[in-house]
Amino acid sequence: MCFYSKREYLIVIFDHISVVAAACSRVGQRVLHLDRRSYYAANWASFTFNGLLSWIQQQQVSETQDWCDLLEEGEELIQLSSQSSIRNLQVFTYTSKEDEVEEASADSVNTTEEEQHGPGETRCAVGSERLSQEVSRTHHSLQHMEIPAEGFCSLNISPIFQSQATITEGAEPEAEQPQSPAIPSQSEPSRKKISFAQLEKEGRRFNIDLVSKLMYSRGSLVELLIKSNVSRYAEFKKVSRILTYRNGEVEQVPCTRADVFASRQLSVVEKRKLMRFLTSCIEEKDDQSAYNGRPYLEFLRDQKLGENLQHFLLYSIAMVTEDTPTEVGLASTRNFLRCLGRYGNTPFLFPLYGLGEIPQCFCRMCAVFGGIYCLRHSLRCLLLDTATNRCKAVIDSRGQRISCSHVLLEENYVHERKNVATPPRFLSRAVLITDSSLHGSDSEQEVSMVTIPPITEGAPAVKMVELSSSTMTCMSGTYLVHLNCSSVSSAYQDLSPLITTMFSTPESHDQGRPSVLWCLYFNMEDGSAMEVEGHDLPSNVYVCSGPDGELGHEHAITQAELIFHKILPEEDFCPPAPNPEDILYDGGSAPSSGPEEEPSLQLEV
Amino acid sequence: MHGRVKVKSTAQQEEEKRKEREKKLKIYIAARDGCFTKRKEGVFDDEALQLTQQLLSSNPDFATLWNYRREILMHLETVKEVDEVQKIYEAELLFLESCLKVNPKSYGSWHHRSWVSARLPRPDWARELSLCDRCLSLDDRNFHCWDYRRMVVKMFNVPVDQELKFTDRLIGSNFSNYSSWHYRSTLLPLLHTTASELPPMQAESPKSNRVCEEQLLKEYELVQNAFFTDPNDQSAWFYYRWLLGRELEEMISCLHVSREEEQVAVVFSRPVNVQSGCLLLVLDGQPHAVEWKSIHPRFKHSPVWICNLPPGTISEISNEHNLTVHWTEKHSRKDCTLFTGHAESWCQDSATDQELFRSELSVEKNSVLQSELQSVQQLQELEPLNKWCLLTLILLMRALDPLSYEKEMLAHFQTLKEVDSMRSAYYSDLCSKFMIENTILKMEYAEVRVFSVSDKNLSTLCHLDQLVLVTHINLSCNQLLCLPPQFAMLRCLEVLEADNNSIGNLEGLYHLPKLEAVILKDNKIATLADLEPLTSCPRLKRLDLRGNPVTQLANVESELAKLLPSVLDLLL
Repeated sequence: MCFYSKREYLIVIFDHISVVAAACSRVGQRVLHLDRRSYYAANWASFTFNGLLSWIQQQQVSETQDWCDLLEEGEELIQLSSQSSIRNLQVFTYTSKEDEVEEASADSVNTTEEEQHGPGETRCAVGSERLSQEVSRTHHSLQHMEIPAEGFCSLNISPIFQSQATITEGAEPEAEQPQSPAIPSQSEPSRKKISFAQLEKEGRRFNIDLVSKLMYSRGSLVELLIKSNVSRYAEFKKVSRILTYRNGEVEQVPCTRADVFASRQLSVVEKRKLMRFLTSCIEEKDDQSAYNGRPYLEFLRDQKLGENLQHFLLYSIAMVTEDTPTEVGLASTRNFLRCLGRYGNTPFLFPLYGLGEIPQCFCRMCAVFGGIYCLRHSLRCLLLDTATNRCKAVIDSRGQRISCSHVLLEENYVHERKNVATPPRFLSRAVLITDSSLHGSDSEQEVSMVTIPPITEGAPAVKMVELSSSTMTCMSGTYLVHLNCSSVSSAYQDLSPLITTMFSTPESHDQGRPSVLWCLYFNMEDGSAMEVEGHDLPSNVYVCSGPDGELGHEHAITQAELIFHKILPEEDFCPPAPNPEDILYDGGSAPSSGPEEEPSLQLEV
Repeated sequence: MHGRVKVKSTAQQEEEKRKEREKKLKIYIAARDGCFTKRKEGVFDDEALQLTQQLLSSNPDFATLWNYRREILMHLETVKEVDEVQKIYEAELLFLESCLKVNPKSYGSWHHRSWVSARLPRPDWARELSLCDRCLSLDDRNFHCWDYRRMVVKMFNVPVDQELKFTDRLIGSNFSNYSSWHYRSTLLPLLHTTASELPPMQAESPKSNRVCEEQLLKEYELVQNAFFTDPNDQSAWFYYRWLLGRELEEMISCLHVSREEEQVAVVFSRPVNVQSGCLLLVLDGQPHAVEWKSIHPRFKHSPVWICNLPPGTISEISNEHNLTVHWTEKHSRKDCTLFTGHAESWCQDSATDQELFRSELSVEKNSVLQSELQSVQQLQELEPLNKWCLLTLILLMRALDPLSYEKEMLAHFQTLKEVDSMRSAYYSDLCSKFMIENTILKMEYAEVRVFSVSDKNLSTLCHLDQLVLVTHINLSCNQLLCLPPQFAMLRCLEVLEADNNSIGNLEGLYHLPKLEAVILKDNKIATLADLEPLTSCPRLKRLDLRGNPVTQLANVESELAKLLPSVLDLLL
């Protein structure tokens, strides 16, 4: 019945570890890649808007079962738990739930056509009575969903309910009376607001990533994509500018010669100082090592750089904090500069259709070289040979036994087998759909990296990425904004104060900023804090962590290479894939069965 | 190992490639020969058009084929309807785009494109402009494209301010591209000139081609942003020099008449070639036909021209004469009166009033220059060893006040020679020029005809046209190597002191009518032939040649007596 269970696999890979899978498959290993979900790449995945909505609902924990009847002589079971790494999910919808206007004025053809653009646009025409209706509708739809995941309810979420309550107070359900003046839609009558129904309708235009990262243009991911030829499966967009949030304003960070030249916020003397600092810090110098261990900010101050430049260099270019040691700050600055100008005016690239494309590309490479993929397919336990203490086989969610020689899985499946339990660390994430860019420019298709220093003492520094529809991650007329920081508290508590000041939401009073249409908060376990060693596991079972909070992909790629060399110490990691025309086929097999044929990625059993 | 993909070896790949290339070459040669035969036979048909297209799309630099193609197209123009011609040429433009993709710097393709664009019955210039923009975004220094673009702009009549915005954009994306800056410098005078208020004839004169002050201030700001961002980038500095610069007015700056030689000397503000008829001499109301000569046969263009009056015209000391010269070309004239009892007379513009030596810098208000000086000084504090900055600083100082900044200027020149030792000779010459300018200004203040620049490290002589009236010159203790032909401009020179130099060439001591004494002690005069030019100076009486190699020659005294019989006081 199940063709894949009859064969012996060299490697069974579970969930999202696609780079290792591709690397193993590329050098001729038989790889089986199982995923319990209906999509690839676990927490690295991206979703359409509707896909994300169902993902939000699916964040539940599955049950465990007993599989002892499948054991053979001299074998032992290791149960795989599957604790979710997502916590504190909260969703807010700040736009009209539906395009009700259409139905309401269905009797008049003229108005219907006008109002299809969304409720905001027609308000002037229909007068104040309609206005109050619109406003209340907005408030009715202020949706609040909360799915606290199991085992992580300790965070105090009551303040959220309170703030929620104060806003909804005036808008009792069914109440149709005029609202208080602090209503977002009122102050900007000209801007048409996209309704929730439109978001759902155009949901396929969205590709919303669970992680928020960028690709350093000389980072290990880009180098690997080039080296392995996997880059041919994807297209990329240059991040067009770096912004920062300072003194309540969003400013552009000058980081290239052209930016420095064109910058209006720097004086000519500051321009010279900045350029001189940037050129001089490319080389390591003796006077720099004198600052080792001392804060980078101190080093910058001693270079006689003014407030402006210190801010740019510390938060936006080095992207470190005030107490980061000088050597770390300088290394980070050098990395930034090294990546600058390879592809564009910033050091970053972003894949079209979202970061979720990257693991899919590696999956494709794996499949091209014979890897087999099964979605919606869980692993339940590992079968251990008690004599050798090696894993002989795995049992999947359908009760099949699959023989294998290596197993690779994500850390939280075997979290309980850790010898010394360390408390997990979390990332706070927010995803916003907004109606305009934080910082206007000639182009409406800017892709911006926004660095935000801690807004209050002890608050985390936030990295924000604002994607325009040119990245194919959101519908036209909207921007997709990702926020990411290390958790201090829940994602909502960490990020909502910032969102309220930088954007226009029902909670914020300062209007004229981009309006948030929809917003998602969640916490995700920080992969860099997961320990992949020190589990009580057989020697041929490998553990890999989830996404980390850094902007680049260094952590994941380094880990993948490390694991690959543990499995196959003699082999080359992702050598370039040959051109299709250079591949020789055996006499019997026709070229049509060749590896470069479109692989069937979705193997449904 | 199992499951591995088998890949062709490099040798196999090479062999396949070689075969492929051979096949291509055969096709190429056959097509080329086919084209040549057709052209010889005078066939201008569609097939020839096809053949040349095939060849040119793989090799767009084949000029003969482009020529043949033009012949065919011109033939087709005569036999087809306008609409068809339009279609043919439109197809030609598309084909050219593919050629430009193969080689974006092909002379043949770009030339053909401008040829086609010019012949196209209904040209689409907007499309051509966007093609240029695309090309320049790939390579902003592609001069072929710049050339073509200028043609398109002219044909399309693109407004100047729109073009200025275009340069803004290009400079914004890369300010190290002199093409963009230069293009800007050609646009500004068109855009912001005050010419519109002036009558057309004056509007064309260079004087009105100035950029208006408001725009200039904006330009200064722009260019400062560039050289503060990267002070080692020369394009911004060159543009800055252009902004600060000015054109000198062309005119007659001095007129000198000598009763004894019956000679008139005319000095122009810049070297000119005086064609017969363009310089009129009027003496006591009567035009005189005279022959104008440049001061040295080596010069076709010279700032100083002389003429001899017919003997006896002005020689009578008791007569007063009025003299006028007209330079018809530039509407410039000068008058002077030779009074009774005077041996000579002149009329000269003051170098100070004319601000001749303000470093060829503009006539901007002092306050503007002063603030520019402050910015560049600020940069110099940050980048003390930047040569562009130092040089600009010197020029600004000279524009503001050449004499009071003399000490700072010399110090900056010293630094320049150290940081840019490859060009130390250039800096020496430039410094000599500025020192001579300062000396001329000092001489004017003192109202004397004595010019003294001893011990100033002069490596070259210049501005000699300003010294026409000088009678005594002291050049001793410098590093001069020669007295250049321009030295013959010193029409009134009587005494030359040039001891302690390295002079080995006296070419410039040519027909100096009043020269009496030449002091050349401790120089490098080696042969009698070096002294040859002195024979043209009729009044030479005193010659000091001590410490020169020539004095070591045998029979030097008698040879010199033969060569220069007029010299009575000879020191060897």
